Amino acid sequence: MSKRSNEPIVWSLFGAGGVVVAHTMPVLIFVTGIAVPLGLVSADVLAYERLAGLADGWFGKLFLLVIISLPLWQSAHRIFLSLHDFGITGGETFFRVVFYGAALWGTLLPLFLLVGM
Amino acid sequence: MSTRKPYVRPMAGWWLKNPVYVRYILRESTAVFVGIYAVILLVGLLRLSSGEAAWNNWLIAMQSPGAILFHVVAMGAAVYHSVTWFSVAPKVMPPLMFNGEKVPVAKIVAGQYIFAGIIYLVLLGLILWG
Repeated sequence: MSKRSNEPIVWSLFGAGGVVVAHTMPVLIFVTGIAVPLGLVSADVLAYERLAGLADGWFGKLFLLVIISLPLWQSAHRIFLSLHDFGITGGETFFRVVFYGAALWGTLLPLFLLVGM
Repeated sequence: MSTRKPYVRPMAGWWLKNPVYVRYILRESTAVFVGIYAVILLVGLLRLSSGEAAWNNWLIAMQSPGAILFHVVAMGAAVYHSVTWFSVAPKVMPPLMFNGEKVPVAKIVAGQYIFAGIIYLVLLGLILWG
């Protein structure tokens, strides 16, 4: 049997991440990074009790995992492929481990945290 | 040991020579902001799991001028990602058929904008008033 490529798995995570980024990230960045820090909306929006409550339910856990993990896969895959565009052509295995390893870490760590919350 | 010195075409700045390449690199660069923002959220989750004091420190860190500046740029990058993502989607998916005819690309793209607009409003509504 010929060696199977892991490309379909990585591409699926990249594609799912791209969809998640396109449909949530502009709003999430606006709320967490601009509106709440600048006081454009009430600080209660990101109050501890509210977020702890979100991380308490299975839907909230899934939501938080999705918005952290999938964008990381999307980002890792894109940056890995862009290396070639900037003349970095060697060390493919090394960079695969670095970028996909980071995305995997960014999936397992929130999973571990959310299960324990 | 080889003494051969092959000519290697220089790579630096190749993408500045054509507006199409510039847009391509701009699109791919959004991944850097996406990645950093996801890590910021991950740090937030770490703080949240450590308790209220740690979470509030994360909120204070988000108020620093550098953080605000980053998020303004990152939001622009996220919007650019969304726009380019929606325009690429019809090219990477199988043709969408309706009444035996191919749905035009422009309609698919427009449909995605409408769908994304609804998701944005629902998400914003849930976050602000949910």
